[in-house]
Amino acid sequence: MSLRNIGIVYRKELTEALRDRRTLITTFLVPLLMIPVLGAGFTGVMSAVIGSAKKEKPQVMIVGGTDSPALVAALQQYAKIHVIPTASDWRNQIVEKEIRAAVEIPAGFETGLAKGHAGTIKIDIYGGELKSELAAENIENFLKEYRDGIATQRLAANHLPAELLKPFDLKRQNVASPEKEAGAILGGIIAYVLIIMCLNGAMHPAIDLTAGEKERGTMETILSSPVSRTHLVLGKFLLVLTASLITAALLMVSMGVSFTILQKSHTLDQMADEGAPPPQLTLGFGAIASVFIMAVPLAVLFSAGVITIALFAKSHKEAQSYISPLMFLVVIPAVAAMLPGVDLTPKLAIVPLLNVSLLCKELVTGEYHWNYIALIFGSTCVYAAAALYLAVKMFQRESVLFRS
Amino acid sequence: MVIFLLGGNGKYDGRDGTVIEAINLSKRFQDKKRGEVRAVDDVSFICRPGEIYGLLGANGAGKTTTLRMLATILEPTDGTARLCGHDIVEHPERVRANCGFLSTATALYPRLTAQELVEYFGKLNGLDSATLNKRVDDIFARLDMNDFRDRRCDKLSTGMKQKTSIARTLVHDPPVMIFDEPTLGLDIMTARTIIDFIRECRDRGKTVIFSTHVMREVEKLCDIVGIIQGGKMLAEGTLEQLRQRHGENDLEEIFVKIVTPHYAAQEKA
Repeated sequence: MSLRNIGIVYRKELTEALRDRRTLITTFLVPLLMIPVLGAGFTGVMSAVIGSAKKEKPQVMIVGGTDSPALVAALQQYAKIHVIPTASDWRNQIVEKEIRAAVEIPAGFETGLAKGHAGTIKIDIYGGELKSELAAENIENFLKEYRDGIATQRLAANHLPAELLKPFDLKRQNVASPEKEAGAILGGIIAYVLIIMCLNGAMHPAIDLTAGEKERGTMETILSSPVSRTHLVLGKFLLVLTASLITAALLMVSMGVSFTILQKSHTLDQMADEGAPPPQLTLGFGAIASVFIMAVPLAVLFSAGVITIALFAKSHKEAQSYISPLMFLVVIPAVAAMLPGVDLTPKLAIVPLLNVSLLCKELVTGEYHWNYIALIFGSTCVYAAAALYLAVKMFQRESVLFRS
Repeated sequence: MVIFLLGGNGKYDGRDGTVIEAINLSKRFQDKKRGEVRAVDDVSFICRPGEIYGLLGANGAGKTTTLRMLATILEPTDGTARLCGHDIVEHPERVRANCGFLSTATALYPRLTAQELVEYFGKLNGLDSATLNKRVDDIFARLDMNDFRDRRCDKLSTGMKQKTSIARTLVHDPPVMIFDEPTLGLDIMTARTIIDFIRECRDRGKTVIFSTHVMREVEKLCDIVGIIQGGKMLAEGTLEQLRQRHGENDLEEIFVKIVTPHYAAQEKA
């Protein structure tokens, strides 16, 4: 094994790669910009939608209630909704999103109330529609308070304490550390983006160095030099790996920076419920570093795999059409890892890609299960070595190099 | 005429003056439609230093496959060949270090400059930096390439590209030169540069083998001609020998006479 020759090939490929605009874009620009653009776009849209829905004073109709003036008056004075004159086609108007909800008050509500029980008030909504649901939530809260008020009055009239209705109080409390909270939200997403970026970073250089070389007619030139095919493919592989790792590293850095900025800018505050603290998105340096280390064997696996596939193609275009489906294939385990309830088990720890995604989720939450880390790092290394071996073998095959 | 070659000792004299020796060289491959194809079938020949050996044949006759096997770009399925005493199957790296391979299919790396490209191949041939620098300076001066030394290969004219390719094959000063249809698709002036270069290689004592389907090139250049069709060597000898043997003066007539019966048989099959 001559490291000298591998080095010569690597340096030459590096020179060429640095002069290729497409490689520079996919390796440097895409990972640096993807998270800020995606993140700003996504959180921006989300907080804008939720914010405007919360700010909007929903238009509501009251159906019936002519014999219940007190309740109608109270509803009309309630600040969080805007009561408009009732129309006969109120149901239709809800579906058409002209009004957000309607309150159906049964006939004889207040006379019933005086006697004891007044029947059921119905809130008509457009299920699943955010603004309609928010309006209903407000009306519901208001009516619950109204009902509690009546109950308290009745208790007072009977000289009974108010606690009779509320023997105890209830409160939710978050005990997870900000790191864990961030991990639960971000773990799956980070693994997902990391896998895509590792593959994306390897893709273009791998195609350029194999199918591209065939297409430009330089394959025969280089094969006529004394360098052995093994050295040649290893030099090429190292360049592809470099690109993949740079992409992954830049992605992690950009992610760390973007989340910190996002957190500081209070864009997320609107997404939280009233009074609750905003979700924590801070990523520790340890989390970023350990995720990146897991990305190394992954990048080896992708680099060797993409080289093997691209080698079959005769042109850049053909190689792209082989590799694009791979992108979908790779996304499946990454998405599966994001599903709630999918957690690391010894069996899942040897499923390629899925294992790394699941581990990333844990690493981001600050959990270090060393036996899983060893198993997953080890198994990914084995897959990576197999892929590299296959790439080297493929490069020896005339039927692949000179496919016609 | 430009002096292309270096005064180096890129010569090799085999024990009996043989530098290339093809021994029952064969190449079969599987084709989806045609089944097993014998691209090269049991071909043997010898090339000596200071001689130009021309492989003459129609398209698909097996010329390229033969030369690619000699340059160890393809591996023979049967038989072998020796270049400067090195077996092409057992020591392909040594064989490649001893030959320069040029064809219209051997393109240049578009994003490297002419100098970087030549240096890359020099380094892969194991030249140390002192030798490499001297070689590159020499070659660039002799080929009159200094004007476009630092220009990227994708910005070069066809003529400049050809010169750069020649410089690439010469950088390690190999004793054997293999040319696979080197003038295919080139304009007259560029083709002339190549033809002159091939002749100079011979004059400098290198062993040259080249393939073509252009009769005139053979008449102008070749000391020995091998006529190949359907992967088989059908006739071999000096131009004079072939003329006497077949009672024709014109090479094209000789070629047609030799090839026709085999060509017809092949078409039928």
